[in-house]
Formats: sequence, C-alpha cells, structure tokens
Amino acid sequence: MPRTRRLTALATAVAALSVLATACTGQSGSAAADDPDKEVTLNFWHGWSAPSEAKAIEENIARFEKAHPNIKVKVTGNMTDDKINQALRAGGDKAPDVVSSFTTDSVGKFCNSGAFADLNPFLKKAGIDKAKVFPKTLLDYTQFNGNQCTLPLLNDAYGLVYNKDAFKAAGITEPPKTWSQFVEVAQKLTKPDGDSYEQLGIMPTYHGYETTPVRLAAQWSPTYFGADGKSNLAKDPAFAGMLTAQKDLVAKLGGYEKLEKFRSTFGDEWSAEHPFHKGQVAMQIDGEWRASMAKEAGVTFEIGTAPLPVPDDQAGDYGKGYLSGTIMGIASGSKKQNASWELVKYMTTDTEAVVAFANAIHNVPSTLAALDSPDLQVTPEFKTFLDIARHPKSNTTPAQADGGTYQLTFQDLAYAVEKGDVADIAAGLAKTGQQIDTDIAKAK
Amino acid sequence: MSPWLIGFAVFFAYPLLSTVYFSFTKYDGFRPPVFNGLDNWSYVFTDYPLFWPAMRNTLWLVVVMVACRVVFGLGVGLLITRIKTGAGVFRTLFYLPYLAPPVAATLAFVFLLNPGTGPVNTLLEAAGLPAPGWFTDADWSKPALTVLAVWGVGDLMVIFMAALLDVPKEQYEAAELDGAGAWARFRHITLPNISPIILFAVVTGVIQAMQYYTQPLVAGKVAAGVIGGSGQQFEPGYPDKSTLTLPQVVYNVGFQRFDYGTACVVALVLFALSMAFTALLMRRRGGLIGTGD
Repeated sequence: MPRTRRLTALATAVAALSVLATACTGQSGSAAADDPDKEVTLNFWHGWSAPSEAKAIEENIARFEKAHPNIKVKVTGNMTDDKINQALRAGGDKAPDVVSSFTTDSVGKFCNSGAFADLNPFLKKAGIDKAKVFPKTLLDYTQFNGNQCTLPLLNDAYGLVYNKDAFKAAGITEPPKTWSQFVEVAQKLTKPDGDSYEQLGIMPTYHGYETTPVRLAAQWSPTYFGADGKSNLAKDPAFAGMLTAQKDLVAKLGGYEKLEKFRSTFGDEWSAEHPFHKGQVAMQIDGEWRASMAKEAGVTFEIGTAPLPVPDDQAGDYGKGYLSGTIMGIASGSKKQNASWELVKYMTTDTEAVVAFANAIHNVPSTLAALDSPDLQVTPEFKTFLDIARHPKSNTTPAQADGGTYQLTFQDLAYAVEKGDVADIAAGLAKTGQQIDTDIAKAK
Repeated sequence: MSPWLIGFAVFFAYPLLSTVYFSFTKYDGFRPPVFNGLDNWSYVFTDYPLFWPAMRNTLWLVVVMVACRVVFGLGVGLLITRIKTGAGVFRTLFYLPYLAPPVAATLAFVFLLNPGTGPVNTLLEAAGLPAPGWFTDADWSKPALTVLAVWGVGDLMVIFMAALLDVPKEQYEAAELDGAGAWARFRHITLPNISPIILFAVVTGVIQAMQYYTQPLVAGKVAAGVIGGSGQQFEPGYPDKSTLTLPQVVYNVGFQRFDYGTACVVALVLFALSMAFTALLMRRRGGLIGTGD
C-alpha cells in the first residue's frame, strides 16, 4: 500500500516540522545594544481613544521629539490588551517597541513571560533611584518578583463621588467616614418606588461599574498573599469582613434581585447616561475622572468627592483607597530598546510631561515630584483623589504570575456571596484560596 | 503531492498535530514551550474552574438550541410552502434576521430583553405574566440565547423550503386517496423525503453550536455593563458563568491568561466532541430517516 506509506511519511514530516517550528518561537530578552542617538523610528501603542486624550498624547510626543530630534515616534491609539498581546507574541518590525496598557493586572504576566524588558538596568544606567521618583504603591504594581518590567504612567485612585443636592435634601451634612455611617447614609438616600427605586443611595452590587470586590476590599487593607506566596484569603479577616459588610448593605438596600433589576436600567458607564449623572444613584464608587465627566455631561447638581469609608475598627485610616493605573513598558523583542527607554523615561519620569498629561486627561500624576508640582491643576473634587494617592495606607493588588486571574477567582466568590449562594463565607474563602494557589503554581 | 494534500497538511494536519504537541507543554507564547506531561490535561479536568461550566453550557446549547432551530426552521418552512398569497413577503421577513451581523443582533436582543427597560418585559408585565431576567439571570440567559438563535433561523428555513417543494406531489395525492390525514401525510411522506436534509441541518447545527462564541460573549459583556478600555479585567460568562462556552474558554485561557497548553487541551476536547457528535449522527441516520433507509 504505497499510498498509506506516503501518508505516513507525510504525517511524520509534518510532526517533525511542528516540533522544529516550536523550537524557533519565543524570544529571549537580550541586553539592549542599539545607539539611542541614531536616527530611529519607534512604534508606540496606547489604549486611549477619546479625542482629548489622543491629543494630549500627541502634544507629549511632540515635546519629546523636540528634545530628541533623532527619534521619531509613530503613535497608534485605541489599542486593546488583546491586540497588544498578539503583536508582542508575533514580533517583527510592525510590532510596538513601547506599549502602554490600562490593565495593571497584566504586569505579572508581562514580567513573568518576558514579554516586556526589565527596566532596572535602564534605570540604573540613567542614575534614577526609582524609590525617590515613584510612590511605593505604584512601584508595587508595576513590578513582579523584582523584575521592574513596567513603570507607572499616571495613576488612578478610587474614592466616593456623591450628589451634594441629594445629601442636602436628605439632611446629610458630610460624607460618611466609617462603614456603619456609610450604610446609614445609603439607606437615608434611598427612595424606593414600587419594585424599583426613584433614587438609590449607592449601587452596592459588584456589577455596579467600578464597585469591584478588590476596590472595596482595599478599605480593609487586605494582604492577598502570605510570606510563603500562598493565598491569604482564609487567614486575613479583611476579606470575610468586606464580603459580610457588602452582603449586609445589599440586604439593607432592598436585596440582590431588586437591585440587579434596577441596575439593568442603567446607561453605559462611559456615556452621559451614567446613573450618577441621571440622579438614579446618589453616591458612586469611582475614579478621579468621574466628577469632571459628570460636569462634561452637563449635570445640574453640585458634586462632592471623598475617600471611601473605612471599617469602623480602622477609623484612624480614613483617607486611604485603592490605587491602580496605566503602565508603560518596552517590548523585549524590540531592537530599539535604548531609544525606547528614552521615550519611556520621558513619559514616566519627566515632571513637566507627567503634569501636562495629568492635567489634560484628569488623572492623578504618578511621580512624587509631579504630585507636588505647582503646575498641577487641582479642583477641589480632584484634590480628594490626590490625597488618596498620597495616603500611606492606600494600597493595590499585587502582581502575580497569572496576571489578575486570582482577582477574578476572588470576584467569582464575591458574586456568589452577594447573591446568597454561599452560606459559609469562611469555607468559601478557603476553597477560593486553594484555587488561587493551584492557578498560580500552574502559571509559574 | 496533490494540491489538496498540501492544503490538508498546512491547514489541518499541521495545526492539529502542533495543538496536540502544545497540549503537553507549558507554553505562554513568549518563551519556548517546555514539556510538562499531563499537567494541562489534569488541570483542565480537575482544577480549572471554568471548564465544566463551559462544557455543560455547550452541551445544553448543542441539544436545546439545535433542536429548537431545526423544529422552528422546519415549521416556518412548512407554513410558507403552504401559503398561497404573499409567500415571497414572508420568506423575506423570515430570512432577513439571518443577515444581521451577530454582534448587532445580540446587542438588539440584550436591549429588547432588558429586564428593567426592555419592551418585551414591559409587555409581559402589562399582560400580568412573569417577566424573567433574561440575560441577567443565570437560569434564563441560555433560553434567551436560544430565542436569539431561533430568530435567525432564515438559513434553515430556506433549505427546508427547497426540500419540501421537492417532495413528489403524487405521493401526497396517493396518500389522500387512501384517506391519510395531515399528520399521517407528514409522518409517512414528508419526513422520510426530507430526512437527509434534517440530518444535514442537525449536523451543521451541532458543529455551529460547538463553536458558539460571539453571541454569548457580547450578551454577557453588555448585560454585565462591562465595556472594554477601563483597565478592568473581564471574565466571560456573565451571569454566573451561564453564558460561558468552550470556545470562549479557549480564547480566555490561551490569549488572555497566556496559557497555550491549557487552551490546546480545551480545543482538543472540543474537536473530539465535534467528531463524536458527527460520527454518532451519521451512524444513527437510519434512525433519523425512519422508514426510508
């Protein structure tokens, strides 16, 4: 049967090919050897898409090119993480040299897989002491196991945005500082209307846009991983405390079903139809951008901002909050790493550049010098978030080998708890912790 | 080497073999793959929290959605072949939804079936009927997807109409002379005549259901209120993993978690399932065809 023999030979050839092909994939990071003073064009990919944001980037790049006449930067905006990941894997001269991403949670994956180059040698060569330039929390979320494969490019702080007119109408004089005050205020502000609401104090469910489990948990100052690198969900009472407190708030505001039904009437988070703009909710857990977005949407009520409340037994830490932000790194496959470093260094450490960019897109600056810069435009609403960013107890979610998968696993448990599907929170946390350990061991 | 063989080798055999190879390695797409034995396989079947929910949902869709689509496609085809006037108009009306792009169609359905603001629930409530949460309720999200799939049944309708019009008229006339009623005529003449087409519809439907990706992903994202670009990670399957399908898992674990090895295992499971279903259906076609074979 010569035909089958031919087929066998072909199959063997194909199998051999596949093994060969796999041997040529993957890139190893090598020390950068390019000359940063030579004529060069860099590909820079970022995720911003709004015209005002894209303009701010272009202005920044124009200033950079003026300072480095030999480096041209080709900017591509509106890039999603999926496109970025794909291009980094594929490599080649169309792939980006410099990348910025909004997903802080990806840092662990980027560093662990070697997709981004370690910036420590570059920082050292440039004589930059990163601990003196960046706030500690920001350094925490931009590195993994000592590999500083990204640097922070602006920062997001999370706090409470509230409707001052609704507060006045309900006879509330100041924003709540502790969780029990918060529950009380949320109930006071809630006006039920049949099986819906005329106005809700706050949307407490985890699908309420920025009200994610990790953002809330930050107020309890949690420790996600023990010294042994194992998940700490079951050991740290912060997690059970947060889950219980949120579940109780959900029950007090009308229960999960009723709240979720009301949530389905909300407009898009990034549109003028946001429930906070429309007065459907009186308080919103959100980032520093919300107040200016609400104003741009033409809201008629007065807006107040405050840090998120803290659990009653941590009242002394009022003012802290969750921090994350945009990250910027250099593709390890890039042949122009020294020139790329010039751009990254300028965008992330040059005070003038950081301040101008923060002013343009209403984000919190990401360097200590920029935070204190007199050129920073500070509205009273914005100042709240600057203070949260500076607060010593503000915290973040640590980078992990599996990216942010551990947060999603925790989030799944939180969804089940708020729905009432988990009676025993302690057992749920223990099981979730085991799952997180399994996933991380797999990713390492 | 025939041209077909080159195509087969490049586009089928090589990808399949390399998928098998990668399923035994730890591979993130950046570093070279490292052999890790059965790690990925045991992880998928015992430790991976998204796998079994996705498997259950995919099988649910394969059974219920395909059955509904075939029954509706055949029903509509029967109706329209019977209509004396305006058949063309109805044919167009039933075919049009099939032409809607899946993302747009899904967006429209999430809007129509929105429990708080959608017209469907407003009508149901006005009529005093229970108004389900559709895409926001884990028990109703797959039925909602099925409604969406049935709405786009135009492709099957056209195929069934062609088959129905091909059934020899003499057989119906002979049956009527023997005093056969409508059901008997359908059961003993129509069904045996169109059974190969039913088999075709079921097999292609099963393969499509196995690859069901766009609609559940979009429905889940929109109903969850998650729009990309905010830096929030998104896990597919809202609500409560009920719209998670195997292809979504392949994408999520491979391209978003950088774990190609695990993604390859899930892809192979999907491939094996598709093969098994198809083989089973082809084997059983005697049963499907009933009397004619």
